[in-house]
Amino acid sequence: MNIVPVSYYLVLSAILFGLGIVAFVFKRNIITLFMAIELMLNAVNLAFVAFARAHNQLDGLVFVFFVIVVAAAEAAVGLAIVITVYQNRQTLNIERINLLKF
Amino acid sequence: MPILDHLWIIIALPLLGAALNGLLGKNWSKPVVNSIGIGSISLAFLSAMEAVREFTQLSPEQIPWIRNYFTWITAGIFKVDFSLQVDQLTVVMLFVVTFVSLLVHIYSTGYMAHEEGYYRFFSYLNLFVFFMLTLVLASNVVLMFVGWEGVGLCSYLLVGFWFLKQSAISAGKKAFITTRIGDLGFTIGILLLFWTFKSVDFVNVFKQAANMPMEGSGPGGVLTGICLLLFIGAIGKSAQIPLYVWLPDAMEGPTPVSALIHAATMVTAGVYMVARMNPLFSRAPFAMFIVALIGALTAFFAATIGLVQTDIKKVLAYSTVSQLGYMFLGLGVGAYAAGVFHLMTHAFFKGLLFLAAGSVIHAMGGDQEMPHMGGLRSKIPITFWCMFIATLAIAGIPGFAGFFSKDEILEAAASGPHANLWFYWLGLIGAGFTSFYMFRLIFLTFFGAPRYDEHKVHVHESPYNMTIPLMFLAFLSTVGGWVAAPHLVGGTDYLAKFLSPVFDAYAVTPTVASEAARTSEVAGSPLMDLVHALTGMPVIIALLGLLIAWWFYIKSPETPKKLAQSVRWLYTLVLHKYYIDEVYNAVIVQPLLWISTNVLWKVIDEGAIDGTVNGVGRGMRESGGQLREIQSGNARSYATWVVIGAAGVTVLMLGIWGMVR
Repeated sequence: MNIVPVSYYLVLSAILFGLGIVAFVFKRNIITLFMAIELMLNAVNLAFVAFARAHNQLDGLVFVFFVIVVAAAEAAVGLAIVITVYQNRQTLNIERINLLKF
Repeated sequence: MPILDHLWIIIALPLLGAALNGLLGKNWSKPVVNSIGIGSISLAFLSAMEAVREFTQLSPEQIPWIRNYFTWITAGIFKVDFSLQVDQLTVVMLFVVTFVSLLVHIYSTGYMAHEEGYYRFFSYLNLFVFFMLTLVLASNVVLMFVGWEGVGLCSYLLVGFWFLKQSAISAGKKAFITTRIGDLGFTIGILLLFWTFKSVDFVNVFKQAANMPMEGSGPGGVLTGICLLLFIGAIGKSAQIPLYVWLPDAMEGPTPVSALIHAATMVTAGVYMVARMNPLFSRAPFAMFIVALIGALTAFFAATIGLVQTDIKKVLAYSTVSQLGYMFLGLGVGAYAAGVFHLMTHAFFKGLLFLAAGSVIHAMGGDQEMPHMGGLRSKIPITFWCMFIATLAIAGIPGFAGFFSKDEILEAAASGPHANLWFYWLGLIGAGFTSFYMFRLIFLTFFGAPRYDEHKVHVHESPYNMTIPLMFLAFLSTVGGWVAAPHLVGGTDYLAKFLSPVFDAYAVTPTVASEAARTSEVAGSPLMDLVHALTGMPVIIALLGLLIAWWFYIKSPETPKKLAQSVRWLYTLVLHKYYIDEVYNAVIVQPLLWISTNVLWKVIDEGAIDGTVNGVGRGMRESGGQLREIQSGNARSYATWVVIGAAGVTVLMLGIWGMVR
């Protein structure tokens, strides 16, 4: 039985993470930024699962569950904030939301 | 032994009184403040007397009676206990301090009746008694130093009691700073004492000192060093040459304060300390010589200044300095008991003189200048008679307290174990001056025609709460010396006998008391001794002083003016107190001020210290100003920074720390 080497997963994970970073830095819509964050989290989840499988240990899987829970909570709180921001500013452009500075 | 086991009660009572009056007294009426102030001191006096009664029932092995309450400081082998001690010397001091304090408190209710800050005055006075009792009851030198500094603080607070008066503020500061110079010596002395004996407890130190040999008569030797350093402290506190200048200025304080602190108790702390340290001083002949020398010189020079002063309190102030000199002369020639005896009689008659002077000032409506007085004898008879008795006592007229104590000191200076005829003559001439300036004060104040405006000044006798303390002290000034009466007929002075355990326990040579006890058996008949004592030089010279004062100020009042004219330069010199204050100002104060202003302030403080602190602050603010540009408010730039940071950490981990396996 041919097993896919762990490095394949890691490369895929790195590519997904890189896409997430690029999206986060270059996109302007807050919703898109959220999606970029989710993409990065899931890239990390993929790496965790791959390592857990490769080392035959459960620790990585447990961690993935934690990450999923946190991501869900973050999405719930974050989207609520996004709605409030939109109600107040009538925009979702991150470059317009820059009041918090020195 | 209810009180002897709980000695702390004696010192806690005045502290409680001070705390109550000081913290809560502002809104209390005068009777409440009075009853707390006087009540706490009365209770302290009664408990001290009860302690004395119990003390007399102790067997000789139980003395010194030491009670340790808690350990105050431990650091390696350095250990200081809060422990109190009672021995014969403490008993004498306990009686003097609590009794005179009580009388002064009662007197103050009359004298200070119309003053602002009445509660504050009583609070400070109680606090003073607390520290003074700590000083005399302490069983180690560090605890004694606590009391020593505490009384200095109270002296400062009370000299500057009228803090709206510029001269009172300056006098308070002068008193504090001048004694502080002496205290530096005292502190170094304590360190040297600990370094030598590895202990600060009196009993422990004295036991070790008893095994040390007598040191040579020149400077050098550790005991001589310790004694001289401790004596510097005594010079400051007891106003001896060259640090006596603060005491005359301290007369700016209220008169009861002058009586209690600057005559009867605090200024004698130095005498008490030297007497307490007698086992050390006895083994350091050079230190003894210096003590006697300073004492004799001070006794003489202060008396000469007193001759020409016109302010009634200034005369008494210089007289105090001079009398303290006699005490040190007594200690320095080895007559410790005589020094302590003079301390006690002086507390009575000089306390009385100051309180009576306060009564005179009260009668004159605040005027202190003797040339404005005169003829007060019939107007304020009680004050006059009390002050007259005190004058007889201080002048050394036979039968009154000062005669006995001064006679013993001069006798020891002439024939004691460390006798020195130079000191004897200085003391003797000083005694003549003492008699002269005291009778001058009496004649100028109470005799002759009134020189004040009788329409403006309404002279009146003081109220009873002021005159009754005077009478008590007058009684003691009369009979206080009789404890030494047997000395006149060749016997042993009761006080010296009582104190002999303190001064003989660790003595190298028998002190005057035991010497007198031994020689008394071989001496001539008691009657001859009595005749000898009553016609001795001190008596003759005292009467001579009285006679000259009478001639100058009653018989022919023009004589002093003529005399002053004929030796104008000498008169001016003495009138201006030998220009000592001016010399100190020019030599010490002004250079110090100049250095402080132009170097310490302008260069060190403003340049170096402020420059460093401000420089650091300015640097932080400027770099912060640059860095805050990063905080742009743009979330994407933050994200970029996070990415750059993460990339940086990754490069560090992989490349530089080599975490790739």
